[in-house]
Amino acid sequence: MFELIGIPPQALFGQMLLGLINGAFYAVLSLGLALIFGLLNVINFTHGAQYMLGAYVAWLLLNFLGINYWLALVLAPVVVGAFGILLERLMLRKLYHLDHLYGLLLTFGLALIIEGVFRNLYGISGQSYPVPPVLTGGYNLGFMFLPLYRGWVVFVSLVVCLGTWLVIEKTKLGSYLRAGTENPTLVQAFGINVPRMITLTYGFGVGLAALAGVLAAPIYQVKPTMGADMIIVVFAVVVIGGMGSIMGSVVTGFMLGLLEGLTKVFYPEASNTVIFVVMAVVLLIKPAGLFGKAS
Amino acid sequence: MRLQKIGIPILLALALAAPFVVYPVFLMKALCFALFACAFNLLLGYVGLLSFGHAAYFGFAAYVSAHAAKVWGLGPELALVLGTLTAMGLGLVFGWLAIRRSGIYFAMITLALSQMVFFFCVQAPFTHGEDGIQAVPRGRLLGLIDLTDNLSMYYFVLAVFILGLLIIRRAVGSPFGQVLKAIRENEPRATSLGYKTDRYKLMAFTLSAALAGTAGAMKALVFQLASLTDVHWHASGEVVLMTLLGGVGTVFGPVVGAFLVVAIQNYLAQMGAWVTIIQGGIFVICVLIFRRGMVGEVLEFWRRRNSEPPPSGGHH
Repeated sequence: MFELIGIPPQALFGQMLLGLINGAFYAVLSLGLALIFGLLNVINFTHGAQYMLGAYVAWLLLNFLGINYWLALVLAPVVVGAFGILLERLMLRKLYHLDHLYGLLLTFGLALIIEGVFRNLYGISGQSYPVPPVLTGGYNLGFMFLPLYRGWVVFVSLVVCLGTWLVIEKTKLGSYLRAGTENPTLVQAFGINVPRMITLTYGFGVGLAALAGVLAAPIYQVKPTMGADMIIVVFAVVVIGGMGSIMGSVVTGFMLGLLEGLTKVFYPEASNTVIFVVMAVVLLIKPAGLFGKAS
Repeated sequence: MRLQKIGIPILLALALAAPFVVYPVFLMKALCFALFACAFNLLLGYVGLLSFGHAAYFGFAAYVSAHAAKVWGLGPELALVLGTLTAMGLGLVFGWLAIRRSGIYFAMITLALSQMVFFFCVQAPFTHGEDGIQAVPRGRLLGLIDLTDNLSMYYFVLAVFILGLLIIRRAVGSPFGQVLKAIRENEPRATSLGYKTDRYKLMAFTLSAALAGTAGAMKALVFQLASLTDVHWHASGEVVLMTLLGGVGTVFGPVVGAFLVVAIQNYLAQMGAWVTIIQGGIFVICVLIFRRGMVGEVLEFWRRRNSEPPPSGGHH
């Protein structure tokens, strides 16, 4: 078959797929961050830790209760989301009247605690989570080999992102959410329970992070630092996309994952930093972000 | 200001006598972090900008000065200056990018940029990856004073620390510092008064980065080591913690916070991840119930006892 600038197509498409998977995680995580930020005005630093928690809950369910991947895919986000709701009720709620930076600092502290607890319990080495039997193996697409599980991750992420977008843009509930983002006082005056909406939004955003964690468990090692490494990149993704639009953060997530994958093929030395470089360039050209509204 | 007239000579005497009572290496480590925290506080406390990536300047300056002292054979004072200047240049570029956004975005941008520096340090050959730059010679100060002796090294570190603190105090107390505070309280208003606020923010950022670099370069000389720990985002978080615990926007708060955090690290060093958990716990407690920090609370108590009216327009 053809070769592209000396790169065999197998390697090229393989890395692009890997990039797309990373992009799927960036998209789901930055979607959750954007949702939470929109309503709570808090940048949820715990997001990475909650992603890690999702992976660990799935791993614990499998190893101690024998609960399989499919149930974990539902249970882990619910469990971690409920934990998130607890955090919002007990702590985050007390900070809404203060400078937004305090929310960042609080969630950073919580992230340190969660990461520390899991490092105490499981050390820094990772645990492996088996790919569910139905999704093992893969298809030869002619130009590349597609491992089934990886295709599944991209598919689920797309469905989740589109579903969230539809709910927010096209339903009554979504219109309340959008209104709450614009003017919570007015929405409250119309008889909608805004504090409960805020709590549930946080729980949903956290659940999304946990879902990404479960999806990631069979691909990456389940380890305490997996969240922190991820969240910083996701912050850059959020800066690039701007948090103004749901679709914007999803598209930016996938695009940057793909870009990262391509960089791994053509200039591997820069693959860790390429997203940060893009962030710097975007700041120069369009400081509000690609999909952001100028503040 | 009677407090200062009595307090400062006492503090100075304590600092001079301390190495005869306390292990000097601990003191030097604490002083390096104290300068780092003061530099950070210049930005958070006086301009209201939360940089979540100050480890980049601290850690990168450590690498540069360690390399300069070990490979190029520069004296400690030149290595220190070189580290500081590098951090200053880095701060100028990163600050120029980051001040395009404010608030939470500013924090995320500085964090992301510092992560870029981290990955650069992981890959660049001169940093020696996981090993770091080891066995950095402390050398002779100005070719005269042998710094391998911990006591002379301590006084050198103390002198640099005091110099750094004086620079910060000068900056904060000058008209420049007043403009910074105006930006913190109400940026649109400062702009409408005709101040080019971006330029002021950038100057403060660069100065803060430079002093963070001095602190990092000094730490590299003290421990004769520059490693990835100092460029990692954990270090960025630690400096935020020190400042928050001691008191944001107070002169001595970050110093107190740095000593406490370094002490916790030292006493719990063998307990592994517990250090992280405790640090996280302190963060949560500080944010929820203790936002003024230790020095801030003491000052507030003092103010109330003397029933002075509180200063108008708080920071938050």
